Amino acid sequence: MNQFLRGLSPTQQVGALFIIVFGILVVVSVTAFLLTFREQADAHDEAWHAELKNFRKLLRTSWFMVVVFWMAWAAGDTVATVLFAVIAFFALREFITLSPTRRGDHRSLVLAFFVVLPIQFWLVATEHFDLFTVFIPVYVFLAIPVVSALAGDTQRFLERNAKLQWGIVVCIYGMSHVPALLLLDFRNYQGKGAFLVFFLVFVVQTCMLVQHIVTRRLKRPPSAPQVSKSFNWYSWMLGMCAGGFAGGLLSFITPFKPGQALAMAFVACAAGSMGHLVMKALKRDRGVTAWGQRGISVTGANGLLDRVDALCFAAPIFFHSARWYFGA
Amino acid sequence: MLAKLMSLFLLALVRVLTGAQARWYGCPPKAEQRIYFANHQSHADLVMIWAALPEELRSITRPIAAKDYWTKSAFKQWITTAVFNAIYVERERKGDEDPLQPLIDALEHGDSLIIFPEGTRGNTEEPQPFKAGLYNLAQRFPQAVLVPAWIDNIQRVMPKGEVVPVPILCSVTFGAPIRLEPEEERRAFLDRARQAVIALREV
Repeated sequence: MNQFLRGLSPTQQVGALFIIVFGILVVVSVTAFLLTFREQADAHDEAWHAELKNFRKLLRTSWFMVVVFWMAWAAGDTVATVLFAVIAFFALREFITLSPTRRGDHRSLVLAFFVVLPIQFWLVATEHFDLFTVFIPVYVFLAIPVVSALAGDTQRFLERNAKLQWGIVVCIYGMSHVPALLLLDFRNYQGKGAFLVFFLVFVVQTCMLVQHIVTRRLKRPPSAPQVSKSFNWYSWMLGMCAGGFAGGLLSFITPFKPGQALAMAFVACAAGSMGHLVMKALKRDRGVTAWGQRGISVTGANGLLDRVDALCFAAPIFFHSARWYFGA
Repeated sequence: MLAKLMSLFLLALVRVLTGAQARWYGCPPKAEQRIYFANHQSHADLVMIWAALPEELRSITRPIAAKDYWTKSAFKQWITTAVFNAIYVERERKGDEDPLQPLIDALEHGDSLIIFPEGTRGNTEEPQPFKAGLYNLAQRFPQAVLVPAWIDNIQRVMPKGEVVPVPILCSVTFGAPIRLEPEEERRAFLDRARQAVIALREV
């Protein structure tokens, strides 16, 4: 089996990976669907059905993510970059909707959406990696407040600019590192960037999922109740272990050795889960529990940012540690 | 043909920029004669509420457009007539012509209307006091259903004086219809209508 897989070309290997992932999703989805036919007999069953409903929601998210990645991979690097640019655009739209802006911010917003976002993703697509890593933290960091200052509105100036800068870093800068992984060149690893993206998404999702399930089962007191009703260190540790372990098991699809893969998975999971917690604090600050409709949102946001925020934080750290340590 | 393409393009644009979400709270979308009345904060309000309506209702619902602004250039005039099928009204009263006459004609034809009873774009949080037009129409056409609507966030997409719109999610909330009660005073009715619009902000 292993011999057979090694004999395949990189493209065939990635294709096989997607077949396996879709297969697993189909089996799990069909099982979850069949379970909905189980009848409700008592109150205990009701809780069980609620949990099943929650699980199916998570499953839908997984389907959505896998289909997006599959399309990105199947259509080639350029289309993949455009696809992630579109996701970044909609995520930033949700972020900005819930951050109060004033009339003086209009030009800065235009700059963020229609200049910064396209340039950043163009830099990714053309593999200008040196400029791509500093473009937003160095150049845009200055450009945004300059445009705001020229608008002449000083009320809450720092706060408004900080919000916009944050939106840009999380939604554009973070998201642009996902397609950048596709283009990273390791020795003896050409054309397999998709494995790296899969590795990142898989370990981060595993960590989040395990953390979610453990929290529901154990019902420990939350560690930061003001920020999140569910977050606690114990289930976080278990989630980290699961994510790291999954990463170690998947080392054969990465350019890393098992120990290295474990460490990289740990780094990605820590960044992703902590980033998710930070975004929860941001949402609390804005008075909502989710960017999308599950909360009390009146904006029509569909909660895209809720789904990708862990990835937005994990991708840059994963990208840079991989580049720094392995010199790709 | 060109108008059809333009309307598809505009719909796509509005959806990408704002989501153009319609939230039907007090009544379902229905093909009866209706007068939608909404708060007015931007010229884009017209496009927004047009895009939020379902396709079947869009063809029988005619928005009101300020004549001086929307006939300024040939393109604006074409887009309001061919795409939005709008009715022009004068914002300033000229001579003894009734400014409501085009609206009355449209209602007699059986069309539904979208009106902005503030008369002009406000830039405050709360809508300005409503003008008498809504009362006069309600009195004259008691069978038309009066539906309040709140357009949220649109002023952030394109503030007064800017040309490039910014992507921010907006929604249009439609509330429960109100009626003109027999013997109801004009001012009382208009204030009640205004409150019905404002109340939708919190839904």
